[in-house]
Amino acid sequence: MTSNRRSRVTMRTIALGYLAVLLVLPVGFVFYRTFQHGLAPVWSSISQPDALHALYLTLVMVIVAVPLNAAFGVVCALLLVRHDFRGKALLNGLIDLPFAVSPVIIGLSLVLVYGESGWLGGWLTGNGFQIIFALPGMVLATVFVSLPFVVREVAPVLKEIGTEQEQAASTLGASGWQTFWRVTLPAIRWGLAYGIVLSTARALGEFGAVSIVSGKLVGQTETLPLRVDNQFQNFDVTGAYAAAVVLAVLALSTLFAMSRIQPRELDR
Amino acid sequence: MSIIVEGATKRFGDFLALDDVSIEVPDGSLTALLGPSGSGKSTLLRVIAGLELPDEGTVTISGEDASTAPPQKRGVGFVFQHYAAFKHMTVFDNVAFGLTIRKRPTDEIKRRVDELLGLVHLDGLAGRYPTQLSGGQRQRMALARALAVEPKVLLLDEPFGALDAKVREELRTWLRRLHDEVHVTTIFVTHDQEEAMDVAEQLVVMNEGRVEQTGSAVELYEQPANEFVMSFVGPVNRIGDALVRPHDIDILQEREEGSEEAQIERIVHLGFEVRVEFTLGDGRHLWVQITRTQADQLELREGEIVFIRPTRAKVFSAS
Repeated sequence: MTSNRRSRVTMRTIALGYLAVLLVLPVGFVFYRTFQHGLAPVWSSISQPDALHALYLTLVMVIVAVPLNAAFGVVCALLLVRHDFRGKALLNGLIDLPFAVSPVIIGLSLVLVYGESGWLGGWLTGNGFQIIFALPGMVLATVFVSLPFVVREVAPVLKEIGTEQEQAASTLGASGWQTFWRVTLPAIRWGLAYGIVLSTARALGEFGAVSIVSGKLVGQTETLPLRVDNQFQNFDVTGAYAAAVVLAVLALSTLFAMSRIQPRELDR
Repeated sequence: MSIIVEGATKRFGDFLALDDVSIEVPDGSLTALLGPSGSGKSTLLRVIAGLELPDEGTVTISGEDASTAPPQKRGVGFVFQHYAAFKHMTVFDNVAFGLTIRKRPTDEIKRRVDELLGLVHLDGLAGRYPTQLSGGQRQRMALARALAVEPKVLLLDEPFGALDAKVREELRTWLRRLHDEVHVTTIFVTHDQEEAMDVAEQLVVMNEGRVEQTGSAVELYEQPANEFVMSFVGPVNRIGDALVRPHDIDILQEREEGSEEAQIERIVHLGFEVRVEFTLGDGRHLWVQITRTQADQLELREGEIVFIRPTRAKVFSAS
């Protein structure tokens, strides 16, 4: 028993120590350095119009990308779990592409397609739609990188619940649409919520792909993660840390939301 | 409401689940589809419900052709082996589901659900969630849910299959009583011949996607159409080409005409019933079912040599 307990204590120490060095310490230092000289410099930095615009843009990314991914994710998961069709394996593989490919490459590929000299971009620009170095391109990049989360969280839950509840609903007179809203969606809600939280966290923090397609125009196409990088490059350490803290608070609150979801999922 | 299935055929890939099946279920009856697993009985039930569409054949429910109608339009109540309870809804909401879909007034729903919960003995559990119920309670909730929409026919797919023996026996007695009260045409699927004989008025014996025989429990037991039915609805011994039930064999102390010498291998006392296991001269085994009184009169002992004579053996021509 004692050796058992000792090994458990050792494992716990290693796990926590590892996390402390890797995660807690750096994040903690960001907070410490930010508020080192009090609240005033932080406040003046994050209340600048450019900073507020960056916050606004970041929230726009989340508000557009997350619902899109949630809807696409649920439809895709239903397709993959409940239907057999040609190209299913291909779809299944494609969904993981954003995980496999570096975000920078995703950004570059978007420029190749939608840029002014790109495959589709030339025609689009000619008709007055600017995608690259503008909001649409940034939304595209954000949707792209955060695409797999909802599908990958919802699909296993769908598989687990099976089709009997849906069949029961249909014999009780529910149409396909009614069955989806009243039976399927409530049954997958925790998986969906978890996917949405992960998708949100990813959309908030996306740097690489958005950095390529946005052109990083201060006050125009600069999101919070881009601003952190930009301030840091320009030796505005306080500004960088302040923006970082805003971002960290947003991310931490989504993680907090997630931790509120998890225990309820367990008592299903 | 009668149900008529004619010439139903259903394939799943290479597997022939239903092979030209026709059955007729009279209005208000309680019918069992009986067969081993893979015999097509569940597929037939799902075809009647519209959960599977047959490749060929027709389904007629109370005089209307329902062959291509979706499950929503067939007026069937379906009960699944594993309950298919809506886990995120309370017992009340589960039972009310069909009525809510039909947009019935709230007070009517309340009245009807309370009534049904009384019928299935779940009063007072309306606020519970399915996970807080036992298996038997869940299945009764599923039954109330199916009955709530006043189906023309009630279809039960191995409804007691996931329950333990004692609960299963309680529920089948209860189902028979419920059928006497509600009188809805009911078909239930089972692989347990005793359950089918206990509950149903009409039995349809299925094997390898075909109907082997239809009839009452007595008809199937006394006049089985073939070897499969005879051995599926009750225990049998094989003597040469003949099949004989273990209670249709006489045990004699003296050699008589048509008897055969046999050594008593084992005597098993099962309360009222006594099983006597024999080894015949050529090494084959068979067993005979007698009452305790008969056993006492015969004064049988293990190892003793006696004579046995089948009284009602049946020979089926190979089909």
